[in-house]
Amino acid sequence: MKMLALENISRTFANGSAGFKNVSLEAEKGEVIGVLGTSGCGKSTLLRVLSGLDQEYTGHVKVNGNAIKSVHKDIGIIFQEPRLMPWLTALENIAFGLKGAAKKQKQAEEFTNLVGLAGFEGHYPKDLSGGMAQRVSIARSLITKPEILLLDEPFSALDAFTKMQLQDLLLSIWKQYQTTMVLVTHDIDEALYLCDRIIILRGQPGEVYKELTVQQPRPRSRGDAELARQKEEILSFLNLNKTSQEDHYEKSNTPAK
Amino acid sequence: MSGKEEVLSRQISVKSKVRVQMPRKLRGILLGSAIPAVLLVVWQYLSHIGVFESHLMPAPTAVFDKLAEMVNDGSLYGHVGITLYRIFFGFVIGVSAAVVLGALVGYAKTAEHLLDPLIQAFRAIPSLAWVPLFILWMGIAEPSKITLIAVGVFFPVYLNIVSGIQGVDRKLIEVGKIYNFSDFELIKRIILPASLPSFLVGIRSGLGLGWMFVVAAELMGASKGVGYLLVVGQNTYSPDLVIASIVLIAILGKTSDSLLKKLEDRALHWQDSIGKKA
Repeated sequence: MKMLALENISRTFANGSAGFKNVSLEAEKGEVIGVLGTSGCGKSTLLRVLSGLDQEYTGHVKVNGNAIKSVHKDIGIIFQEPRLMPWLTALENIAFGLKGAAKKQKQAEEFTNLVGLAGFEGHYPKDLSGGMAQRVSIARSLITKPEILLLDEPFSALDAFTKMQLQDLLLSIWKQYQTTMVLVTHDIDEALYLCDRIIILRGQPGEVYKELTVQQPRPRSRGDAELARQKEEILSFLNLNKTSQEDHYEKSNTPAK
Repeated sequence: MSGKEEVLSRQISVKSKVRVQMPRKLRGILLGSAIPAVLLVVWQYLSHIGVFESHLMPAPTAVFDKLAEMVNDGSLYGHVGITLYRIFFGFVIGVSAAVVLGALVGYAKTAEHLLDPLIQAFRAIPSLAWVPLFILWMGIAEPSKITLIAVGVFFPVYLNIVSGIQGVDRKLIEVGKIYNFSDFELIKRIILPASLPSFLVGIRSGLGLGWMFVVAAELMGASKGVGYLLVVGQNTYSPDLVIASIVLIAILGKTSDSLLKKLEDRALHWQDSIGKKA
């Protein structure tokens, strides 16, 4: 049984010129899948569909073989922005999704330690740096023990060093919990460093253009020669556009919102 | 020469030290009362030399004497008490109605289409225009006054709640949706706290209007209350009583607003804004 299966999913806006169509995908338990694509090809929309926030799609999403159509307790999401409640402390934010008061405090403390925020429990979001806030948001999404974690460009707003730290944090969490992850990103290095498989979306609306496997065993070196070769390959996939190459090139250079 | 400079610089350093050591709160109070104190002195002086005629504009000391007299014979407490009683109930009723309707209109689109146009139309009516009707319906006793105050308090609170709720970041609401929150949980755990800042702004401006309407109601027909003192002052040609009542209203209004401000600071300590840094 596949952990996560997408069957021919389409979700388009603006008379079919935005969003994505006919995306099929399967993920084993513990697999990390990257979705790469230039901006406007429906990457984030895909995650919104998977998370259940956007239900206006066609096709089927299956978790462990069961079709789902709304938000699901086994699916967690980490957004691009931390989206913390400014009136709650770091600890309260982490516990935000827990139902029932039993063991809430203890669990929240456990996850605070997991993301390396011990000592910052009582801080309000206004006093946290961007990286710390994103750590809180990671802990908040993990605390409900989702089997599938969706990540929507989670590190794109962070500086290069914080980004690397958090990527390593994510890998250590993956090692511990064997969470299935779907990572949407426009950072090729990030996808190659973290993922087992990379799906490349292209076009408007976006369609699966290529799928490639990253064989390198973890932990990977960021300067690995094989990864560098694959990066070349991905770049060529992203730039080769049958219809209008220049237009596409320009889009790939605009920072994704 | 050099010795003199040394002395000078030492003086400056001592001065700045004193300024740093003064508690911020005390400094705020001192700064805030500087201009009123100067005005009081000028007023007293002008009354003293006869620029202000005492039958039109009595000196501060005369006003103070009048206040002291009312405190001494005990009449002041009754007037202040009844005014506070009216404003308290008017305020509570107005705010409660605004919270219920505002939350409904802010959260449910259907309720907005149903109710908001009507409420906005009512808002266009100056609240004082209701007075004849309220007196006709409820007599000149307490109910009509409290209703008038409640109507006055209602609108600013309502408007701020609606705009506060409608302004809640969709991104935060999505976080709740991910955890499968019910509508009630969404309101309680995300929408209400997120709209709290504008709710408190509404409450403060509502209270301001409450003071306006309590005085208006008491001017129009009361046998007790601070507004009634104004009428008495006018009818007995005693400007000292009029000014004493005005000062009283200012003190009560400022005190109640400070209490709300304190509550606001307590409730919104998590906000990251310029006001909090000073």
